[in-house]
Amino acid sequence: MVSPLNRKLIRDLARIKGQAAAIGLVIALGVMMLVMMTGLVNTLDETRRTYYDRYRLADVFTPVTRAPERMVDRLAALPGVAAVESRVAGAALIDMAKGELPVRARALSLPDFGTPRLNDIYLTAGRLPESGHSDEIVLLEGFAKARGLVPGYKITATMNGAKRQFRITGFAQSPEFLYSTAPGEIVPDDSRFAVFWMRRAALGAAYDMQGAFSETLIALTRGTNPQSVINAADQLLAPYGAAGAYGLIDLQSNRFVSEEIRGLQVTARSIPPIFLGVAAFLLYIVISRMVQAEREQIGLLKAFGYSSWEVSFHYLKLVLVIAVLGAIVGSVAGVAAGNSLAVLYQAYYKFPFLVFAVDPRSFVTGFATSILTASIGSLFVLRGVFRLTPAVAMRPPAPPDYSRAFDPAGAMKRWLDQPSRMVLRRLSRYPGRMLGGVIGIAAGLALSVATLTVMAGFGETIDLSFTVMDQSDMTVFFVSNQPPKALLELGRMPGVDHVEPIHVAPAVLRNGTYSYRGALEGRPEIPILNRVIGKDFEQIAMRREGLIISQSLADVLHVGPGDWIEADIRQGHRPVLRLPVIGTAQTLTGAPAFMEIGALTRALNEPQQVSGAYLTIDEDYTEQIFEQIKGMPWIAGASLKQDVRNALVEIMNTGPGSVRFVMLAVAAVITFGIVYNSARIAFAERARDLASLRVMGFTRSETSFVLLGELAVVTLAAIPLGALAGYGLTYLMVKGFSTDIYQIPAIYSPQSYGWGMIAVLMSAAVSGWLVKRDLDRIDLVAALKTRE
Amino acid sequence: MTEQALKIPPAFTAKGLTKVYGEGTAAVHALRGVDLTIPTGEFVVLLGPSGSGKSTLLNILGGLDRPSAGSAHFRDRDLSAMNDADLTRYRRDHVGFVFQFYNLMPSLNARENVELVTEIARDPMKASDALALVGLDRRETHFPSEMSGGEQQRVAIARAVAKRPTVLFCDEPTGALDSTTGRAVLKVLTDVNEQLGTTVIIVTHAAATAQLADRVIHFADGAIREVVLNDTKLRAEDIEW
Repeated sequence: MVSPLNRKLIRDLARIKGQAAAIGLVIALGVMMLVMMTGLVNTLDETRRTYYDRYRLADVFTPVTRAPERMVDRLAALPGVAAVESRVAGAALIDMAKGELPVRARALSLPDFGTPRLNDIYLTAGRLPESGHSDEIVLLEGFAKARGLVPGYKITATMNGAKRQFRITGFAQSPEFLYSTAPGEIVPDDSRFAVFWMRRAALGAAYDMQGAFSETLIALTRGTNPQSVINAADQLLAPYGAAGAYGLIDLQSNRFVSEEIRGLQVTARSIPPIFLGVAAFLLYIVISRMVQAEREQIGLLKAFGYSSWEVSFHYLKLVLVIAVLGAIVGSVAGVAAGNSLAVLYQAYYKFPFLVFAVDPRSFVTGFATSILTASIGSLFVLRGVFRLTPAVAMRPPAPPDYSRAFDPAGAMKRWLDQPSRMVLRRLSRYPGRMLGGVIGIAAGLALSVATLTVMAGFGETIDLSFTVMDQSDMTVFFVSNQPPKALLELGRMPGVDHVEPIHVAPAVLRNGTYSYRGALEGRPEIPILNRVIGKDFEQIAMRREGLIISQSLADVLHVGPGDWIEADIRQGHRPVLRLPVIGTAQTLTGAPAFMEIGALTRALNEPQQVSGAYLTIDEDYTEQIFEQIKGMPWIAGASLKQDVRNALVEIMNTGPGSVRFVMLAVAAVITFGIVYNSARIAFAERARDLASLRVMGFTRSETSFVLLGELAVVTLAAIPLGALAGYGLTYLMVKGFSTDIYQIPAIYSPQSYGWGMIAVLMSAAVSGWLVKRDLDRIDLVAALKTRE
Repeated sequence: MTEQALKIPPAFTAKGLTKVYGEGTAAVHALRGVDLTIPTGEFVVLLGPSGSGKSTLLNILGGLDRPSAGSAHFRDRDLSAMNDADLTRYRRDHVGFVFQFYNLMPSLNARENVELVTEIARDPMKASDALALVGLDRRETHFPSEMSGGEQQRVAIARAVAKRPTVLFCDEPTGALDSTTGRAVLKVLTDVNEQLGTTVIIVTHAAATAQLADRVIHFADGAIREVVLNDTKLRAEDIEW
């Protein structure tokens, strides 16, 4: 048997179903975002962890020039080391079709029999190379797919200066290469970097590594600090040209994935509260309106002997039903959306499987926060229920008191007609309500502005990187450092206009406990083909006396101009340099540190060397240049600016950056939702006043003015506030969206503000029109008969 | 007054006026073919139990509602043929309304509530004059929340008469008031009728009000049961409540 009060509850819900649905939807969206994003983050995190575990990804990597196999046992004996596996790794160039740049590749060894103990690979097609078949390779699936290769195909690769033909026996995925990025490059690109695996004997022969290795992989026992093993390994391997051991955190692929998951986490934490806050505000307004309208019924219930608690609980139940239904819908939709997003991300990260890990806490959080926010909104209203005595409730309500209001309308008496005065008085009498509306609309605008600015920032990143900074056409990477005459050789090729050297010295940069595994980049005093620019896009000249570091590096190391940093060089004599920071540069990809190239050479105490070059070329000679490069064994590879640009755009649009499109849609929905609800509520509250005006002979448009004037004032007041809040929100969102690969600048983009405002004004116009339609249809007689 | 009515065209004439709400078995016949003439300048009281159709008639004559069948004329203009804009114009130029629950704008003070109407009327009186007429000239700057029910109703009347309406419609104007306040409000209405010559039509089920009327129209079940011409009008102060 349903109690009469509960029956009333059900009928009340049915009566306000439109508004209840709208509010429930906002709650559902908030909970959905929360469940979806946390589910996605958990799933990705868990999948990554499981993938690493199952395929035994190493904890420490120790690249060396050439070390004897016996060192493996020495490494294995280090405290905290659980397993060591040595392998041969080398750079290769894969010949592509004529007229195409050769593709840089990394060749890795598999043990002669079976599968690796560490850094196992997941075979997606075909089979592993057979022992003794030195011409068989397994190719990284991402590259194979990007290039349309199938098992059985033959490819030609240059290894250690010799051209050889290989047969592809299968494709593999590897936890080591979720993202594959060519050495020296920043932007991952499946089609321009390959990894292939061969049996150890074959690869060892190719690189002259019989009985030796060029890298070990180390697994640690649980609880071991990687840094102690890294230090010990560096010491052990120092005589063999150790390039510096590094931990899993510094593995480039892992670093990118971690960064991206972190970005998703930021979104997961910052967006849902906005939704839930808006929902609480709307519920507050709707319930307060209902309690006002039902004062008679409340009085009656109290007169019958219902306690204030019972009556309050009745209205609270209404709120709870909306909140709980919203949370249920949001949770279900969130799980579904999270799972389908995870499947998209699976393809993006090339996980061989997915471990769905929905976090039960996100449901609890979702339910708890939606119920809590909804209840807080209504608590204020329920205070009113307590205050109502049965007798008061049974009398018609006193008119709302405007006598004590701060009264700008009275002051401007001469210039205002009565309808304008009504608009103004309402705003000045109920500043809280007006402020609520203003804040709501401002929040929507801020969200739109920030999202749009971030969108513009993505474009800005691309433009700045590839038009203002990088003015070259092509970048060439050398196998190893070359004497300056290599530049002359490049310059002599027909079609090459300019050559600009770069000397990259891999280094661990430190400031106290802060460190970053990067490089020192030697550049000419005035770099032309790849400029270094300052905060205001002005070109910065390299100086001999110190480093110009990117702002992102400055942030990581917590240093600024005037500070000193330590550069632990990981090549050659491996000196440790102390260098002053003399300036910061604006960079949008990576976190480089620049130095004048001659000064860098002197600091390294080496003969003059370059590790690569930027070129500008004559387009007509492109193919010829590619062909010539293939014939230069000291060139490890080259990349065209246009290809890099395309790859970056691709990453921004398909990876976590794509969330920005969802956010834009969300911002638009929220903005419209708030504006429309404000208009609806204002209409509901004033139906009787408006009907009175119509009865007195005011026309429809004159009457609409009283209603829509308020909406207009609130909207206009919200615009500057929203723009300001948007400016702040931009910084937060930019942080969330920036990754190791690219930084999104918090630019000031007037268009974003313009479009955000237009969106708000459009929402206001459409909402106004929808409400005006209802106002035009208002039943004058009925509106006047109902008591307030 | 009645002789005068013969010379001047009547304020309202209705023929076969019918109003049906809803359809089929759920249909409610609020008015069942009412024929009626209301002479200009009279003080008319529509009496009858609730649901008898008197408010419906008032709403149709006041341009708030349209008949389902039959015709209602204000002077020579057919109200049932007017579109929405015409009705708005009609209400703006000719009609004043007073309701049971006053319907003042809470955000405007007494004078401003009156000015709401004088700003859009063709030939209004001064707002302060209208308030003086209802005896509230000293409370001009008070807001509705600062006034008693009777005072609020008097402001509503001032607002209604300030435009010098041809006709003043009052739906239960004393319904929410005690007898003393009710008398004061009725006094204002008779004053308006006598001093301004405004036709006043009052819907009520307080039979006492009938003692003030020139003409009392008794309603029952959607039809006119009886029209009584009152030759012994009392003053508002003298009626028995």
